[in-house]
Amino acid sequence: MTGPGLQLDGLAARLQGRRLFAPLSLTVLPGQVTTVMGPSGGGKSTLLALVCGALDPAFQGQGRVLVDGIDVTGIPTERRRIGILFQEPLLFPHLSVAGNLAFGLPAGVKGRRARAARVNDALRAADLDGFGARHPATLSGGQRARIAVLRTLLSEPLALLLDEPFSGLDAGTRTRFRETVFDAVRRRGLPTLLVTHDAGDAEAAGGPVVQLLPEPAAEAGPNGNGKSPL
Amino acid sequence: MSRSQGVAVRAAPFATAAVLTLPVAVGTIGIVLPFGWLDGLIAGGRGGGDWGMPAGAAWAAFRDAPGIGASLQVSLTSALASTLIALLLVLGLTAAGQGTRLFGLLAQAISPLLAVPHAAMAAGLAFLLAPSGWLFRLFSPWATGLTRPPDLLILHDPGGLALTAGLVVKEVPFLFLMTLAALPQTDAARRCLLGRSLGYGRMAAWCAGVAPALLPQLRLPVLAVLAYGLSTVDMAVFLGPTTPPPLAVRCLHWLTDPDLSQRAIAAIAALVLLAATAACAALLWLLARLAQLGWRWWIWRGLRLQADAAPRAVALGLPALFTALGMSAILALLVWSVAGPWRFPDALPQAWQASRFASHLPQLAGPLGNTLLLALGTSAIALLLTVGCLENEVRRGLGHRPGRALWLLYLPLILPQMSFLFGLQVVAAALGPGPGLFAVGWAQLLFVLPYIYLSLADPWHAWDRRYGLVAVGLGAGRLRVLLRVKLPMLLAPLLTAAAIGVAVSTALYLPTALLGAGRVATLTTEAVTLAASQDRRLLAVYAVLQTVVPFLAFLLARLLPAALQPGRRAAAPA
Repeated sequence: MTGPGLQLDGLAARLQGRRLFAPLSLTVLPGQVTTVMGPSGGGKSTLLALVCGALDPAFQGQGRVLVDGIDVTGIPTERRRIGILFQEPLLFPHLSVAGNLAFGLPAGVKGRRARAARVNDALRAADLDGFGARHPATLSGGQRARIAVLRTLLSEPLALLLDEPFSGLDAGTRTRFRETVFDAVRRRGLPTLLVTHDAGDAEAAGGPVVQLLPEPAAEAGPNGNGKSPL
Repeated sequence: MSRSQGVAVRAAPFATAAVLTLPVAVGTIGIVLPFGWLDGLIAGGRGGGDWGMPAGAAWAAFRDAPGIGASLQVSLTSALASTLIALLLVLGLTAAGQGTRLFGLLAQAISPLLAVPHAAMAAGLAFLLAPSGWLFRLFSPWATGLTRPPDLLILHDPGGLALTAGLVVKEVPFLFLMTLAALPQTDAARRCLLGRSLGYGRMAAWCAGVAPALLPQLRLPVLAVLAYGLSTVDMAVFLGPTTPPPLAVRCLHWLTDPDLSQRAIAAIAALVLLAATAACAALLWLLARLAQLGWRWWIWRGLRLQADAAPRAVALGLPALFTALGMSAILALLVWSVAGPWRFPDALPQAWQASRFASHLPQLAGPLGNTLLLALGTSAIALLLTVGCLENEVRRGLGHRPGRALWLLYLPLILPQMSFLFGLQVVAAALGPGPGLFAVGWAQLLFVLPYIYLSLADPWHAWDRRYGLVAVGLGAGRLRVLLRVKLPMLLAPLLTAAAIGVAVSTALYLPTALLGAGRVATLTTEAVTLAASQDRRLLAVYAVLQTVVPFLAFLLARLLPAALQPGRRAAAPA
């Protein structure tokens, strides 16, 4: 119960009384990638919003999220230290590559020179040396995706959420980028939750695969007050 | 039939451009020409308005006018301060509230204030804030101990604070709705979530990710707010200082002076307003650059600013306060319009006189008729031109809202009204038609057209063209598709655009006053004229009617689609 890793405990969400999926409980160990699969429209993005604490106010969430044994359910997104990678890299077009990375770097690293050094180190380690001054629009899709990972990792998250970050890439880039991400996750011992509808991603992740189950029809009756199956 | 309709559609953008730019250009030149600098070139063409004073003498008279420095100063400070405050309030509200329930509620509460005419809002605020106004009555004598109105200079303060507050109340809804329209293009929700997942506080994440994408889209609306603040007369006569008044008010005084040679000084004042607008725009640009430098430093530094509970409360509370102020002002108007005898410290009148509207009907009918005629006429013409323009854009596969066209649309809104309307009056007089309903409608079109276009462009381009293809496949021509398929499907946004046109036209003061030369009375011009009188009740009657017209228009726009197209839901298709 209080071990390291990312723990979901009976997580579910309701919209107008109707539950989107059966309550989900699982534990992701440090360095492990657990894949959640489900049909599109099956509530995958709602699950991610629940984990990072950004559920739309129209939904009601239930269950708990624990990071390294600490219950983060009630605390806001910015204090959870759960990094997210979206389907698109979402690099800020109004900042250079270095600016985007510095945005992720914790404020505790002080001094212009020290921060620039950390950003350059990260770029060098990712074989992107000299890309700092470039504009995100001038990069290839694969390069942008790798910068987005660097930005998230620089913010020193305790857990990682992957929202189909591989689906926008062509086959070759996709395989290499997947390896980069899973390698970084293992080296840093980050508990990682991958949400996807692609079986290839799940296989490459090499971890447990969980299906997001639709709520049994009986529970989502026409009067909309489905009872908890627990 | 079909060919002439095609020609009309292709001509629409040129007609629209001409409607928007020609009067502005001609109007601006019309101020300068009568000084006689170009006498040789336009010999014989200056019958309408020889200033009768050389430019040098007019300039000297302007410069030596008593208190001219104070006039200019209060114009500059109230316009700049209200623009900056309104912008910061809107940005703060959006940064603090986006994605929350409270934000949605505020959005619904703020929007109706946009439809309230400036003059009515200013009158209502005056009723609310004056020493003998509603606020003091509500808190007297139990809290303040007052039994007669205090001797305080709250309205018409020399610093222009009341005017600034009034402008903020009126401009926050405008900038807020422009922000709401621009937000969907900024991917705001995901960018905020990304920032927060990197550890940034709510407002910080918004400032880092969304503000840089949003602000460029607010550039023209902010310039429009600035230009309105500098040339406002209708709000200034209710709330602004009087000794001396802001520059735009003095310009109007010179212009309407029985001594015709004073018009030369008015021309100089109009040019100074134009220069002041340019200077303020430059200053705003400079401030934006400075803010950008600070922003860059902050991004590089990576400060998370997680503890934003207090700033968030302020950022949500202040716009709510100004919204409440605006709503209370409208309520104050309603109460005064039916108030009987009302002694000072009483919270409510001793008796009500709802009959006042009926008893003033003969007096009200003329201005009300003119108001409706102008509102419906200008809105109809503007709708025709807009539909022609948009249809041309779609048929020729032009991109949605090209940047240059947007500047053109905004041209009459970002220049001080006083500067080109005044010249336009001179030209209208010289060309023949002279002041009257026609000239007023022409000037109002300059302001009605941009707003109708801005409101209709998005729904028009969002319309699913496959419906048109289906209709063509069934043998319908282009005109038939437009009239029988597209217009009915876009009925709700068309009616909303028309309602916006009615609201804009009803609120306009300067175009009506200047091009009508006192001969075209509307609810707005009558209300502004009554500002100086002591008859609060009659003023309230005009101000309430002035507010009712746009509200009825919006109500009809809301209800008509369901009534005309029963069985179809009234929701806008876009």
